[in-house]
Amino acid sequence: MRPLTEAETRAVFEKLGKYIGENIQLLVDRPDGTYCFRLHRDRVYYLSEKLLKLAASVPRESLVAPGTCFGKFTKSQKFRLSVTALDFLAPYAKVGPGPRGPRAGPTAPHSSAPLLQYKVWVKPGSEQSFLYGNHVLKSGLGRITENTAQYQGVVVYSMADVPLVSARPLPGLRGCGVGDLPHLPFTPQGFGVAAKSTQECRKVDPLAIVVFHQADVGEYVRNEDTLT
Amino acid sequence: MGRKLDPTRKEKRGPGRKARKQRGAEVELARFLPPVEEQVSPQKEKHAVKAAGQTARGRSGFSDGNSKWLAPAKAKKIQPKGNHVELSSDGEVEESSWEMEEEEDGSSEEMVDDYGASSSEEEELLPIEKAALKQKSDREGLSEDDSEEEEEEEAEETNKQKMGQKEEEGPDLQLNLDIDEQFKLPTSEEIEKEDILFISPPDLHVIHQRIQGNVEVLQDFGVKREEGRSRQEYLTLLRRDMAAYYSYSDFLLTKLMDIFPLPELINFLEANEVPRPVTIRTNTLKTRRRDLAQALINRGVNLDPLGKWSKTGLVIYDSTVPIGATPEYLAGHYMLQGASSLLPVMALAPQENERILDMCCAPGGKTSYIAQLMKNTGMILANDSSAERLRSVVGNLHRLGVTNAVVSNCDGRQFPKVLGGFDRVLLDAPCSGTGVISKDPAVKTNKDEKDILRCAHLQKELILSAIDSVNAASETGGYIVYCTCSIMVEENECVVDYALKKRNVRLVATGLDFGKEGFTRFKDRRFHPSLKSTRRFYPHTHNMDGFFIAKFKKFSNAIPQAKKEPAVEAAAPSTVPDTITEPPPKKKKLEGSKADKEQKLPQPALKKKRSFQAQRRPLKA
Repeated sequence: MRPLTEAETRAVFEKLGKYIGENIQLLVDRPDGTYCFRLHRDRVYYLSEKLLKLAASVPRESLVAPGTCFGKFTKSQKFRLSVTALDFLAPYAKVGPGPRGPRAGPTAPHSSAPLLQYKVWVKPGSEQSFLYGNHVLKSGLGRITENTAQYQGVVVYSMADVPLVSARPLPGLRGCGVGDLPHLPFTPQGFGVAAKSTQECRKVDPLAIVVFHQADVGEYVRNEDTLT
Repeated sequence: MGRKLDPTRKEKRGPGRKARKQRGAEVELARFLPPVEEQVSPQKEKHAVKAAGQTARGRSGFSDGNSKWLAPAKAKKIQPKGNHVELSSDGEVEESSWEMEEEEDGSSEEMVDDYGASSSEEEELLPIEKAALKQKSDREGLSEDDSEEEEEEEAEETNKQKMGQKEEEGPDLQLNLDIDEQFKLPTSEEIEKEDILFISPPDLHVIHQRIQGNVEVLQDFGVKREEGRSRQEYLTLLRRDMAAYYSYSDFLLTKLMDIFPLPELINFLEANEVPRPVTIRTNTLKTRRRDLAQALINRGVNLDPLGKWSKTGLVIYDSTVPIGATPEYLAGHYMLQGASSLLPVMALAPQENERILDMCCAPGGKTSYIAQLMKNTGMILANDSSAERLRSVVGNLHRLGVTNAVVSNCDGRQFPKVLGGFDRVLLDAPCSGTGVISKDPAVKTNKDEKDILRCAHLQKELILSAIDSVNAASETGGYIVYCTCSIMVEENECVVDYALKKRNVRLVATGLDFGKEGFTRFKDRRFHPSLKSTRRFYPHTHNMDGFFIAKFKKFSNAIPQAKKEPAVEAAAPSTVPDTITEPPPKKKKLEGSKADKEQKLPQPALKKKRSFQAQRRPLKA
């Protein structure tokens, strides 16, 4: 396990920036401690410094997964984001306090401005198809954030989702418990890259691809073996 | 239809198609004939047909030669009732519904026939029907003898035995049988003949009956025994029959017979044939149980909260969608987990900001439960020795949103060397799996003495490593929870006892107020009295997988030394007590007598250690 080199860090942050914009700093400096990225066997892991100490004492051959895996570097050194990062990137709006129920603990409101989050909503019928790893076609597109540029990283949601417990706060954060629930009604289904800008999406024919599939939650079941 | 001769007298008809049919001539005539028989009601009329088909054995059974193998499905009835394991107010699991089912099951094949909805208590037989009955019973007696070629002698016996046992069971059955009939133990020659003349496959029905009868006799041996036959013969036959009927190896059955009394053993074996209900655990890091239940109900899942003892468990009765693939599952809102797996983590009671070690974590259910109880604070080291199974751990932890875990692939025995000083340790040791036979029926036959001993040896090594990895001086912790999914005493109480002797730990209450207490003595072994605080769970009483849980508190980081030279015995004790604090000497005195008994352990590696101990103890005490 080693820290990322310059080049690697740049690659990772560039990719993350596609999805969460400029506020990568928020991922690093969190109220409950500093978090960092580490590389282990070509995979990038995100973990807090406390956990780092523990993970460092484990022998390298025996270490399987320190913290959360964000993605991996391919053989040609390109960074590929994986679905396991979804929890961190997806709800990256102004994270408000969660409802009393979820015992993930109280949440801290970030001091930052709300993040520009590009979202895509998929129609209920095509949600299954996306979860199997297919791209999203125009016929399956429900809604898309305005002003999405082409090749912009997007988080894919499903329109079929009944609002589950809203505002699932960033796991591990502590904060206040006053309840103004931010509007995060749907659970994210995965990542994608917009194949067409919003304007073009309106004009294109129904069978054209509008979102390239990058990662989806179905992979937890389909590709369980390759997650680590 | 509707040819009513007497319009003023309206007869009640039961529900159903058959009630609308014209009743037989007897009924019609009965109105005119003098009341020789009892009054006829339509209800009885329905039963008349059924009654005509009754055998000498009472209400149950069909009249033709198929009675032995044709049994209406009773297994279905057990399942739904079994799912409702609700706690009564004092915390004990309400076993009534489950056990009652089992008792009926054990007693007879009480035919639950849908035809004729109400029970037949009020039924009285018409003279014609009585005659039919007699005729049928004669016929049946003949047919049974004919059908069983190789068991001629036994046919008669089983017949008599069936009759004999009937009167003992079920007050529901009306029996008009001879009380004096009793279970006749076939002689050894007959048993051998059964083996040799294996003309047709063993008649399971007969074997089942024989088991019932045998257990009957053994329950009340003094009264019901046959003269000149020893208890051993009965037991041997019972073992053979049970092995044949339930497909167990003789070794395992012997072990089980040592653990359970006979009627409970039958319940246990029956419970192992049926799968336990599917249960899930809400991931409170992402959702609430209430919301999850609502969401799943909307998808068409039939579920209920697991019980008063769990705030996160849900039991699934049936579902239109696959539980392992719902969007909620993919979003990490719940985890498929057995109910018994929730218990060790509840016993461990991890606090926030602690360092926890989970030594055998695959597939990650308990680890994620620990993380959710800690609310993703602190640190968990999730370890497992199998790299393949670790993949599911990683998958599950990521899916459920656990961020405070580090996953490693070390052998658990390396532990304090790799990393130590944990606040709490959970050891879900690899075991023979005799508690989860319903999940893996192969365990019935592929486990033998060597396997159990090997498992026990490994568990002993692991538990010592686990104890050594805990920091006794931790402010909030110092606890070790040892659990297995096995019911064997060698893997449970013996290992715990071993740990008590070898390290500065003591047993504390698990915090689980239900479950059976662990054994403090077993056959010729005597364990430390604090083993009463350990808990055993069984499939047939708690409707969850068989489990054993023990919670230790470590009170000193020092490791008591085992002396190797008996000559230095007198001098050595002076050094040893320095490191050990007060409670252990008291314990060791108790264990002095036990050590002698433990010398009988066949395993060579352990034997050495034990003999040293044995030599040490008597002198010291």
